[in-house]
Amino acid sequence: MSPRRLFAMAFKEMLQIWRDPHSLAIALLMPMMQMVLLGYGISLDIRGVPLCIYDQERSQTSRALVQRFVASDWFTGVRVLDSDRAVREVMDNGDCAGVVTIPVDFSRVFTTTGSGPVQAVFDATDSNTTNIAIGYAQGVVALTTADFEMRWAQAHGLLPRTVGAVDFQPRVWFNEGLESSYFIIPGVVAVILALVGAQLTSLTISREWERGTMEQLISTPVTALEVMLGKIVPYFLIGLFDAIFCLLAAIFWFHVPFRGSIVLLALTTALFTVVVLGIGYLLSVRIRSQLGASQIALILTLLPTTMLSGYTFPIDQMPAPIRAVSLLVYARYYVTILRAVFLKGSSALDLLGPILALALYALAIVWIAARAFRKSLD
Amino acid sequence: MTGNAPPAVVAEGLTKRFGAFTAVDGLDLTIATGEVVGFIGPNGAGKSTTIRMLCGLLRPSAGRASVAGFDVGRQPEAVRAHIGYMSQKFSLYGDLTCRENLRFFGGIYRVPRPVMEERIRFAIAMAGLEGREDRLVSTLAGGWKQRLALGCAILHRPPVLFLDEPTSGVEPEARRRFWDLIHTLAAGGVTILVSTHYMDEAEYCNRIALIDAGRLVAMGSPGELRGLDLGGALFELGGVAAGAALAALREMPGVIEAAIFGDRLHVLVRDAATAERMGPFLKRRAVEPGALRPIAPSLEDVFVRLVARRSEEEEGGGA
Repeated sequence: MSPRRLFAMAFKEMLQIWRDPHSLAIALLMPMMQMVLLGYGISLDIRGVPLCIYDQERSQTSRALVQRFVASDWFTGVRVLDSDRAVREVMDNGDCAGVVTIPVDFSRVFTTTGSGPVQAVFDATDSNTTNIAIGYAQGVVALTTADFEMRWAQAHGLLPRTVGAVDFQPRVWFNEGLESSYFIIPGVVAVILALVGAQLTSLTISREWERGTMEQLISTPVTALEVMLGKIVPYFLIGLFDAIFCLLAAIFWFHVPFRGSIVLLALTTALFTVVVLGIGYLLSVRIRSQLGASQIALILTLLPTTMLSGYTFPIDQMPAPIRAVSLLVYARYYVTILRAVFLKGSSALDLLGPILALALYALAIVWIAARAFRKSLD
Repeated sequence: MTGNAPPAVVAEGLTKRFGAFTAVDGLDLTIATGEVVGFIGPNGAGKSTTIRMLCGLLRPSAGRASVAGFDVGRQPEAVRAHIGYMSQKFSLYGDLTCRENLRFFGGIYRVPRPVMEERIRFAIAMAGLEGREDRLVSTLAGGWKQRLALGCAILHRPPVLFLDEPTSGVEPEARRRFWDLIHTLAAGGVTILVSTHYMDEAEYCNRIALIDAGRLVAMGSPGELRGLDLGGALFELGGVAAGAALAALREMPGVIEAAIFGDRLHVLVRDAATAERMGPFLKRRAVEPGALRPIAPSLEDVFVRLVARRSEEEEGGGA
C-alpha cells in the first residue's frame, strides 16, 4: 500500500464531499434530527394516564379517595362521572384508560368491617400501559387505605396495625430515578450511528460506477485496499463528528449521567463506526447503483438495529431463535457498551465480551470489504 | 519505428466472450514501440473490448497479450503502471477542478513530487487550459475535457497510451488539435493505440488495424491499405439521382458494389467493359447517366469493401 496514493484517494474524496453541500448537510443534520425525534419520541415512562371516577356515594370518605387520584401525578384529567351510562361511554370512546367506581355503600361497609371494596375497569387495548396504570392505581389506593386505617384506628381508640407487615425497601441502582430515557438515549445514539454510517459509505463506490469515473480509476495502479481506505477515511471523520454530537446531546441535552471512561467510549465508538462504514462500503461495492445501495443499506440496518439491538425491546425477553439472530446485529454490542459505560461506569474488562464481538465484526467486515472490490469491468 | 526494440503491444489469439456473444475473436496484433496505430471499425466491432483487455480492465477469455513487456493476465498492475488510458466515455471527476484532477492522478500514479508541478503545468499548457486551471471540469467544453483527460493519462510519462475514441463528439477544430498532440507524444517515443470511427483520422496513423465483428480484417499503413486489391476497378459516378442510380446499379451484372458518397456514387466493377455498359444500362432503367470517371480507392472505399467481402465470405462459409 502506498501512502501517497491513499492520500490522493482520501483527499479527492474529501473534495467531492465538500463540493456536494447537500449531501454533507444531510450527513451532519440527519443525526441531529434523529436524535431529537428518537430522543423525545420514545419514552417508556407512563405518566398522566387519563382516568375517570364514578363516585356513587359522594360521602366525605369517598371524596377523600377521589382527591387522592386527582392529586396524583400518574393520572391526569380525572373526571368524575355520575351514571353507569357515562362509564360505558368513556370506555367505548377511549376518553379514559380506566374507570374507578366507588360503590354507594363504600363508607358504611368500610366503617363496619374496616375494608371497603372499590371496583376498577381498565381499557387493556394497550396492555403494557394498562398494567402500569393498574399498578399506579393500586399505589394510590394503598396510600389512601393506610390513611383511612390510621383514622379508623384512632376513632376506635386502637393502635394502627403494625404487626405482620414486611417492610420492603427497594433501592434501584444505576438509574436511581427510574428514568426510561437513561435506558433509551444511549441506544438511540447507537441506532443513529448505524443508520447514518451505512448510508454515508453506501454511495461511495456506486457513485464512481454511475458517473463513469470508475473505468479511469481502475486503469491506474491504485490498489483495492487504497480505494477502500481512501473512501472510508473521510467518512470516518464525518461519522465520528456525528457520534460526538449524539453523545454530547445525550449527556448535556438529555442529561443521561456519564459515569464511565471517555477513552473507552471513544475507542468503542471508533470501532463501531468502522463496522457501520464498512457495511455501507461493502454494499456499495456489491450494488453498482447509488439508489439501490442506499436502499439496501437502509433496509439492512433499520430493522435489525431498531428491533434486535435491545435498544427498546429487551433481548433477554425474546424467543431463543430471535435471540440467536440478534447475535449478528452488531448494534446490540455497542448498545450494551454505551449503557454500561454511561450508567454503570463499567471498565473495558467488564465489557470484554461485547468489545471483542465488535472488534471481531470490524475485522471481518474490513477483511471482506477489502477483497470485495475487483479492479475489473467483467 | 525503432528497429530492434521489443514490440510495445503484442496480442495473440486474444478473445473475449460475453456469454454466447464473442466480442473479440482470436485477435493477433503487434505494435512496435513509437507507432501510432489507428483502430478502425464499425460500432460494436470489438475496439473498446480489445483496448479494455490490453489495459487489464477485462480478462481475456482466451489468448494472451502483453503491453510494455508485461503480461496483461498475469501482471495487470505492472501493465497499469506503464500505460495511460482514456476511456470512451469521459471519466474525469466533473466536480473537481482541472488542477485537482491532475493532482489526483499525479498522486495515484505516484509522479515524483519534485516534477509534479512541472508535469501539471505541462499538461495544462498542452491542453490549452491556462486560465481555466481552477474551473470545475464539468463546466468545460468537450475539446478541453478530452485534452485534459489526455493530460491526466500522460502525467506519469507512460510508454504506451490507449485512447478509446478520444475525439468522438468533439468539434473538428479540436479534433485536429488533439491529433497534433498525439503526434507530439509519438515523436517522444510513446506508443499509441487510438480507436476512432472518423475515417479522415485514419490518415493520421502510421498503421491502421481494421477490425470488424471482433476480427482483424486488415492491417497496414494507409498507403498499403489503399493499394489493396479490391477485386475490381473503382469508378465515381457524379451528376445522377444517387438513390435511383444506386438501386439500379445493384442489379447490374458485373457490379460488385455500389455505395453513396455524398452526392456521388462509388461503384466497384469487375472490369472496364462493365464500366462502359453502365451508361446505357442506366438509361434503360430511366436514370440519367452522369459523369463516370475512374478513381483511386480512398481508405473508406477499402474499409467498406473489406468489411463487405468478409461478411460475404462468412455467409458463404456458413451455408
